[in-house]
Amino acid sequence: MNLDFSQITPYIPFMLEGIWVTLKFVAVALIVGFILGTLLALCKISNIKPLNWFAIAYTSIFRGTPLILQLMTFYFAIPQLTGYDISPFLSAVLAFGLNSAAYISEIIRAGIQAVDKGQTEAAMALGVPYRQMMKDIILPQALKNILPSLMNEVITLTKESALVSTISVLDLMRRAQVVGADIYRNFEPLLFVGLIYWIMVFGLSTIGKVLERRLKVSDQS
Amino acid sequence: MIKVDNLTKKFGNNEVLRNISTEIAQGEVVSIIGPSGSGKSTFLRCMNMLETPTSGKIVFDQQDLTDSKTPVNKMRQRIGMVFQHFHLFPHLTVLENLTYAPLKAKGVNKQVAQEKARELLKRVGLSEKEAAYPNSLSGGQKQRVAIARALAMEPELMLFDEPTSALDPEMVKEVLDVMKDLAKSGMTMVVVTHEMGFAREVADRILFLDHGVLLEEGNPVEFFSQPKTARAKDFLDKIL
Ligand SMILES: Nc1ncnc2c1ncn2[C@@H]1O[C@H](COP(=O)(O)OP(=O)(O)O)[C@@H](O)[C@H]1O
Ligand SMILES: [Mg+2]
Repeated sequence: MNLDFSQITPYIPFMLEGIWVTLKFVAVALIVGFILGTLLALCKISNIKPLNWFAIAYTSIFRGTPLILQLMTFYFAIPQLTGYDISPFLSAVLAFGLNSAAYISEIIRAGIQAVDKGQTEAAMALGVPYRQMMKDIILPQALKNILPSLMNEVITLTKESALVSTISVLDLMRRAQVVGADIYRNFEPLLFVGLIYWIMVFGLSTIGKVLERRLKVSDQS
Repeated sequence: MIKVDNLTKKFGNNEVLRNISTEIAQGEVVSIIGPSGSGKSTFLRCMNMLETPTSGKIVFDQQDLTDSKTPVNKMRQRIGMVFQHFHLFPHLTVLENLTYAPLKAKGVNKQVAQEKARELLKRVGLSEKEAAYPNSLSGGQKQRVAIARALAMEPELMLFDEPTSALDPEMVKEVLDVMKDLAKSGMTMVVVTHEMGFAREVADRILFLDHGVLLEEGNPVEFFSQPKTARAKDFLDKIL
């Protein structure tokens, strides 16, 4: 076996910095996805038909085309169409945020619809306005149904984030490639960042499990 | 207090309520009885617009609830409802269940809302449960909390949809006692129930629904001793 990790040692700090880039990217994309996904979910359960159609079409488009195509589209099409020179990071955040919004909206819609219909009726019968009811009564209960799938989405997003290396965002994946090109050995740096991805995903699923258990304990039902 | 005028409700092609008209006066206690599926719940739910009538009017305090200009939420704040399956908010404590709507829908200040809530819990005999979560309560306790929650809004009219049907037999009485008490205090009440004892003893008037038609209407003594229609007689024979 021809493995030599000593050569990547000087590059380790450089690669470790990629953790921060990847995490920052995932976090921002996730926030965009969550906010947009919540709005889309509310459109889906709304009584207003055009809102339904919009949300359904949105989801269909973002789930029905390859993510890497969406990424490329934002990166290349925006400068071409608008003249705005979009940074790799921003186009990546847009593509991933808008994409995960489609998935998250489905997760949230299902979570909301799983809340007992009696809860809505009780709140309505008390004269609670729709927004208040959603915020205080329905969404908090939906969160319990949503959390496990949401955690899955975070993990998927973390792994898929490696795609942004294709538009030269200096994330973990990209850094492994840079180091590989520098030392003419690809396997060791790839193995190294692979380990880091695995640790991050392992950490995330652990956090998810803890959160779930917490919710179960505080769930008095 | 509330007037139902030619109410008809269809679910698709299924006509569940047909041309129902009646009026309920302030302080009156009305029991709605009838076979399962006859439209009792739907009728009750039309009174606070949880179901939208297909045609006809629901006039509460001179305002037609079916009119799209009527602020339905504001009106619902004045009409309390108690469900068969309680529908308490499981993530809120008993006290929070009572104060939630007064705080968030009515804008009552917190101190006042809590004071009122504690007074109501005392009235339904559950003062010691204010910090408990609904799912740690028995069915009877849950239903008493649900009644208190509705009363916390200080409604002028209370609707009950089979409030004791989901309860174990030994818990029926504690809930009925609270309701009797409420009736005595002068509350206007519409109660869908299979508790004939309650209907006979507490109600001022009985409405008998059958296949979505208001078949008979009258005072309990007459209704139970000499039902006018064969359908009502049949129903009473089966249930009593
Ligand atoms: N949301 C609904 N959609 C369709 N049909 C309904 C709905 N709610 C009630 N129904 C139908 O209306 C009829 C009357 O129901 P309901 O008012 O619940 O009767 P009751 O309370 O007297 O048992 C039943 O045939 C029931 O199947
Ligand atoms: Mg019913």
